[in-house]
Amino acid sequence: MRCDWPLASASPHSPVFDPATMMRSPPFIRHFVEPLALLVLALASSLAQADATQRLDFDDARHLLVRTGFAPTVAQVRALEGRTREEAVDALLAQTRSDPIVPSPAWTTGATAPEDIPHPGMSADERKVLRQRERARIEELRGWWLAEMRATPSPLTERMTLFWHDHFATSEQKVGDARLMYAQNALFRREALGNFATLLHAVAKDPAMLIWLDGARNRRGAPNENFAREVMELFTLGEGHYAQSDVAQAARAFTGFGVDRATGQAVFRPRLHDDGVKTILGARGDFDMNGALDVLLARPETATFLVDKLWREFVSPQPDAGEVARIAGDFRASHYAIKVALRDLLLSDAFWGARNRGTLVKSPAELVVGTLRTLDVDPGDMRPIAAATARMGEVLFAPPNVRGWPGGDAWINSSTLLARQAFLARATRAMPDTFMAVSTRGGSPSASAEWQHLLLPLPAVSDAVTEAAAEREPAVVIRATMLDPVYQLK
Amino acid sequence: MNEERRRFIRAGAHALVTMPIAGAIAGAIGGCASAPAATTSAGYARLLILVELKGGNDGLNTLVPFTDPAYYRLRPKLGIARDAVVPLSDRCGLHPALQPLLALWKRQELAVLQGVGYPAPNLSHFRSIEIWDTASRSDQYLPTGWLTRTFAATPPPRDYAADGFVIGSYDLGPLDGGARAVTIADAARFGDRAPSTNALARAGTPALEHILRTESDIVRAAAQLRNNVTLATRFPEGAFGNAVRTACNAIARAKGVAVVRLTLNGYDTHADQAPTQARLHAELADGLVALVQGLTELRRWDDTLILTYAEFGRRPRENLSGGTDHGTASVHFALGGRVAGGLYGAEPGLARLSVDGNLAPAIDFRSVYATALERWWGLDSHGVLGGRFETLPIMRA
Repeated sequence: MRCDWPLASASPHSPVFDPATMMRSPPFIRHFVEPLALLVLALASSLAQADATQRLDFDDARHLLVRTGFAPTVAQVRALEGRTREEAVDALLAQTRSDPIVPSPAWTTGATAPEDIPHPGMSADERKVLRQRERARIEELRGWWLAEMRATPSPLTERMTLFWHDHFATSEQKVGDARLMYAQNALFRREALGNFATLLHAVAKDPAMLIWLDGARNRRGAPNENFAREVMELFTLGEGHYAQSDVAQAARAFTGFGVDRATGQAVFRPRLHDDGVKTILGARGDFDMNGALDVLLARPETATFLVDKLWREFVSPQPDAGEVARIAGDFRASHYAIKVALRDLLLSDAFWGARNRGTLVKSPAELVVGTLRTLDVDPGDMRPIAAATARMGEVLFAPPNVRGWPGGDAWINSSTLLARQAFLARATRAMPDTFMAVSTRGGSPSASAEWQHLLLPLPAVSDAVTEAAAEREPAVVIRATMLDPVYQLK
Repeated sequence: MNEERRRFIRAGAHALVTMPIAGAIAGAIGGCASAPAATTSAGYARLLILVELKGGNDGLNTLVPFTDPAYYRLRPKLGIARDAVVPLSDRCGLHPALQPLLALWKRQELAVLQGVGYPAPNLSHFRSIEIWDTASRSDQYLPTGWLTRTFAATPPPRDYAADGFVIGSYDLGPLDGGARAVTIADAARFGDRAPSTNALARAGTPALEHILRTESDIVRAAAQLRNNVTLATRFPEGAFGNAVRTACNAIARAKGVAVVRLTLNGYDTHADQAPTQARLHAELADGLVALVQGLTELRRWDDTLILTYAEFGRRPRENLSGGTDHGTASVHFALGGRVAGGLYGAEPGLARLSVDGNLAPAIDFRSVYATALERWWGLDSHGVLGGRFETLPIMRA
């Protein structure tokens, strides 16, 4: 069954040509008045926010769905076509979930049996059994999260859960307790699109974080600076906006927390807390954890730092300082409502601009989950999919360090590019079946140009795509298009 | 001909005479075939291997100053007892897990560099490793790695598999920003899995250009890594042992490569440092010994220089979690068939700690780089390092 969206014009993906400015134009006009459209674009960009009423064409709808989720199906793209930017973005933000639809593993709930808690008297064999169980659990947890990403009706929630996992990067390799990693993941999902201040306060007392950055070891008399430094450098202010003395003083404010391994809960032990006077970033007081975090949240650098990072996640690798400042102002004024920042970003001209299309590299999770979602394939057991993302440099629940994954172009190096192509080659090997499954549901594109519109943000660069187009064999076309380097981009 | 150029050619000629045949031929071919700057690249027949101790290794418990009472005062729990230390002199010795390196020390192929750091130190992992990787001042932000700048000024021969192999990390470190760096997880499978995509050169976004460039680097390296070579050397189990195995296999298969960067993760020991550092040091020592054996088997040991590095050392005073927080200057190793073994730099001045309780540097890390550039490769270092840094006398003539 053929679809009827406008087919490729001479340069639908031209890097300086914004499709949004000429949507609804008859195709022949696109062909011949590109210079005129450019002029219109230049005039339009001087009218800030006027573009919120622009209506989405197929490419725009796909762009919004890919950038805010995982890759969509044809039907999902079609459903958005014709809406205005504002309608589409508001609908997206209105429909977000804060809990998963795939049931989590049974062991994620309930208390831990006393014999399951490591203790000094344990034999080597008993420890080994516990270690093996932990390994199996964390693998199960990775598979479960990827299953949720594949199935969720709220992909933006999962993208933001991933964003917070990367921002507050915590690794199971040190935490060593899959239940705590699950609890932290649930926290990221609950506040994924909620409030950053609430999230920061909760993360600081999150048991996995208390173990990861040694908050549970930080006590009066000889504070451990690990969390205090990273909360300023990586979670709120950014490097260069604090001094070593601020780190040392804040570390004192954060003293006194621990983790009860039996209940998996954080505990506060007042006797280990330093209740003396501290000076943090010029503020003086007998700050405790909440007080110290509020000092960080009161700084304008925090909103700027977060918006800059969100820009790199959703818009382009090069944030526009003026726009970041404007959006950070709104974010701060909203007392850190995450949806306020996201709405601004998704309605910015830069988000829709043609020159920012295809500028971001898909993360491994986006690549694999997007491929499965686009083709509407459910592999059942997702643990092999988790192993595939690991080969691409993304081991969920085990970021390389507290800074998270380097991301961006750094996702692609010679090892990871080989792993990406190996996954896509495998995923498209079963293509005839998959294609039949997709096409019998209707609405599937069949011609090469249409597949390119659905799968690629820019024109294909590999000659295999050109050759496949001549054959018009769907499985060959899909495979060639997904193996094109441009498929790695969004 | 300017002085730097003459010096390079002298060193290059020297390398040609003494290098094993394969490497020398690779160097000579590259030198003849390339642009003028590259005629000096015979120096890259000498291999540089960087070993990153990621997270910031504790220097005080790597080279233990066992006669200094201040050391035991600062380290009531973590201090390593004098009789457990592997003595290198009557004042200091290695962490017991580094015992396997003693044979190299006795052969005078191990130089121990004390107090390597830089002025106005930054205690952030990420900023500090960026300073090390880009060879910048503490207050300066440079966009490219120091080896990328080196290779831009003097490219390695064109028929080398790559400028550098990166093993054990996805982060390109000193090769970031443009060097032909190939990240290898498995030397044998790398060749098998190389793509056959024939991408057309077309203007695109920087991200697309990055992907296309990576693809062409893969194709070039893979052609050489497909060569089958079997080594008799036994490599230790574990992540670092695997990285060393991969490095030796890749070096054996490649026509040439100027740099190999290995990473050993996990040195950020804020808590329970003793067992963690002991495990990592054992992995490091066993891995280095296997690396020496593998390079010796390949007849490359005499033209290899191995340098360790890390973003920083750790705080002299231990914390109450049985660990140490971020510090500054630390101990590093230089190993190689031509290294003049011994102790260099200065003992840690535990009586003269900074207000933050940290150590002052005795050797600027850029002096270590200048040594690699000038005394190993015979290159001028001034342009790459943005200044003149004294070289260290750690190479035999």
